[in-house]
Parts: sequence; C-alpha cells; structure tokens
Amino acid sequence: MNKVVSGAQEAVRDIQDGMVLMLGGFGLCGIPENCITALVDKKVKNLTCISNNAGVDDFGIGLLLQQKQVKKMISSYVGENAEFERQLLSGELEVELIPQGTLATRCMAAGYGMPAIYTPAGVGTEVAIGKEVRNFNGKDYLMEYAFDADFAIVKAWKGDTHGNLIFKDTARNFNPLMAMAGKITIAEVEELVPAGQLDPNHIHTPGIYVHRIFQGVDYEKRIEQRTVRS
Amino acid sequence: MLDKFGIAKRIAQELEDGYYVNLGIGIPTLVANYVPAGVEVILQSENGLLGIGPFPTEDQVDADLINAGKQTVTTTAGSSFFDSAMSFGMIRAGKVDLTVLGAMEVADNGDIANWKIPGKMVKGMGGAMDLVASAKNIIVAMQHTDKAGNSKLLDACTLPITGLKCVRKVVTNLGVFDITSEGFVCTEYAPGVTIDEIKAATAGRLTISPNVKQMDI
Repeated sequence: MNKVVSGAQEAVRDIQDGMVLMLGGFGLCGIPENCITALVDKKVKNLTCISNNAGVDDFGIGLLLQQKQVKKMISSYVGENAEFERQLLSGELEVELIPQGTLATRCMAAGYGMPAIYTPAGVGTEVAIGKEVRNFNGKDYLMEYAFDADFAIVKAWKGDTHGNLIFKDTARNFNPLMAMAGKITIAEVEELVPAGQLDPNHIHTPGIYVHRIFQGVDYEKRIEQRTVRS
Repeated sequence: MLDKFGIAKRIAQELEDGYYVNLGIGIPTLVANYVPAGVEVILQSENGLLGIGPFPTEDQVDADLINAGKQTVTTTAGSSFFDSAMSFGMIRAGKVDLTVLGAMEVADNGDIANWKIPGKMVKGMGGAMDLVASAKNIIVAMQHTDKAGNSKLLDACTLPITGLKCVRKVVTNLGVFDITSEGFVCTEYAPGVTIDEIKAATAGRLTISPNVKQMDI
C-alpha cells in the first residue's frame, strides 16, 4: 500500500494533453488548489474539465483558462469569469451546461458502477435534445450516462495514508462523488495522517476510491462572496 | 404595490412549522427574514447544507462554509452537511416541502423560464432545472412586469424553458396567483393595487377568485 505522493507535481505527473478530468469544488469552496497550480505549471493542454463551476479569472479553474489549457468545460454554472466568457464567445472554448443535480448524479453513477441514471431534470428543455426519454409512473425522465473521466482530482480536509478521506462543511460538495468516479483519483488534503488515526466511523470516502494522496500546502481558500453581519 | 421585501414577507406566510425549504437567489433569500413567530423551518442549501444560519460575524467567517449563492454563512443547531448528489436526491425524492425561486417568465400552465436569454452570455442553469423538475411545491417570487412594462405572466413562455408545468403559485408586486387548470387565479391583490391594474399587467389567462381579498401584510 503506497498511495502517498510527495506533492501535487508528482500526483499529476502522467496527466496528458486531451484527457478528461473531474475537479471537485463548488465555486471556490473545496477546490484542489495545489493540483490546479501543478497542472498550470505542467502546461498540459486540450483538457476536458468536469467541474460544477469554472473558477474566477485569477483563481481555481480560471488559472487553467488563462493559459488556454481547457478545450471543453462540463459545468452547471459558469458565471463570474470574464476570460471564460471571452473564450466562449470567440469559439476557443466549448461548454456543455448540465443541471447541477444531473452533474452530481452522473459522478455518483460512475462510482457506483451504474452506466446511466434517469432524472426528471431538463425534461422539455434544450437539455433533453437527443436524449432518451422514458416514462415511469406517469412522469417523464431523461436518461443520462455516467461520466467517464481519466482522472478525478479532489480536495479533502483530512486523509490518511490508505486514502480514506474526511471533508469539512460545504467544502464536501462534489468531492466525494468525483473521488468515486475517476479511473485514477488524486486527493489533496489539509492534514495527512498515518492509517489508523482517523476514526473509521467518520470516513466519508473509503480509501479504495483514492489512488494518490498528499498533504497540500499554502491553501488560500479564497472567498467569492464574503458576507458578514454587524 | 409591494416592494421586494413585501413579496418576501407575503411568501413567508406560506411557511409551516417543520417545513424543509429551499430558497433561491434574490427575493427568495429574503423570505428567511420573515419566518412567522412560532414556526420553525429548516433551510436547505443545494451545495450540501440543511440548517442555514445567519451571515457570520467577522471572526466566524469560514471559507469552507457557504450557501448556494457562494456567500459565507453559519449553521443552525441541528444542521447537517452532505454531498451534492444527496442534496439533489432529497429534492428529487420530494423531501423538501417548499421551493421558492425567481423567474423571468411563468406561463399559465405552470411552465417556467429563468435560466437563459438568447443573445446574452449564458451562465448556466445551476440547480434550477433539478429543483423545478422535482420539487412538490414551487412558489415563484418576481416582479409582475419586466423593466419595459411587459407582463412576465404569460400564456406561453417565450424564453428557453427551465421546467414544465411545475409552478403552483406566483407572488408578485401586484398580488398572489395560484396556477390551476383555469390558468392564473388571482386570490389576493396587494394594498393600493386594483383588479383592473392586475388584468392590464397580466398577459396569460387570468381569473379573479370569487373570494379575492386584499393581502394581509
């Protein structure tokens, strides 16, 4: 059992041009900051990124967009990013928008070994174009396929050397689902401990789903909408 | 005529003790400020939180704890966290009692359009299509007309659809409208608004309930 790698650079070493990646996070919350930086440094190109959002101009997936490393984004919401908008309108970037619950469930299906799911989201809308519609108990559902990603890259709060993961608060979001769904799953964690130190009752993602793990450094955890009460 | 706070206040009267509620961005979020005394509701945030608390104080701010609008929040006593698949799972399975969301257009058969304007940058539907396709009780909070004065209550949506036949009730600055097989049924008018004004501002099929009354607000 040797899942621990030295850092983000080693973790993403064999990610190639043209691969399909899943990146965890909701907005900038719970994103794998270290691996995104390593992918920018690696200059890998033509990536397809499955991620709920596309970051902001100078943080998160926005950093990959800035360097024109992304060929296609598969997301549910891509506001808050001017460079993204520019590339989309100029035709440099391809975007597939899908409902957020469909995105999450297509990840889950991959991790559960199911080829497809049926969901009512998008019935009667442009999302339904070209998709199989099936009626169950009087209601229409769309068939949506499980995702097929080369790598899943997630961020957790705590992890152990066996790859077991615990997430914190709403930084959980898509991370455990994507962790289950990658052919190879990379987890960066704020705190990495030896196997046996995390209570098995508290594990969110069992280590079987995680192939590489490392303790990340210098987390910025940028906040998009800092709202406080007086 | 109501302002956006008035719309939120009227919708809050729909809340019942024990409800699990999902509030969308904009006017719907304001509903949380007007929960009636003696009513306990649990707010769901689709990024994975049941029990949204108030905004944090400066020293409570935590980047890992946000709502679906990406604002920093806190939790309430008895809250819980979960992943995004479970979040939409509980919505799809009908566990959420009430969903309040904004809209650009609502049709008199309950169709809703609120995610895309052709010719403008499309940001995405986020969780809106999942919510409208699944939630068992959907109330739309919106202005009755757009900035140019055109009705947003139509006989058919002109913008790309978010979901079909799903809206049950619309609360606007002019009144409260149930959606039935008869189209929009006006059950309440806002203080200072006449039925004629409502008729003039509504493009879709409209019936005035025989029991129509002024909003108690």
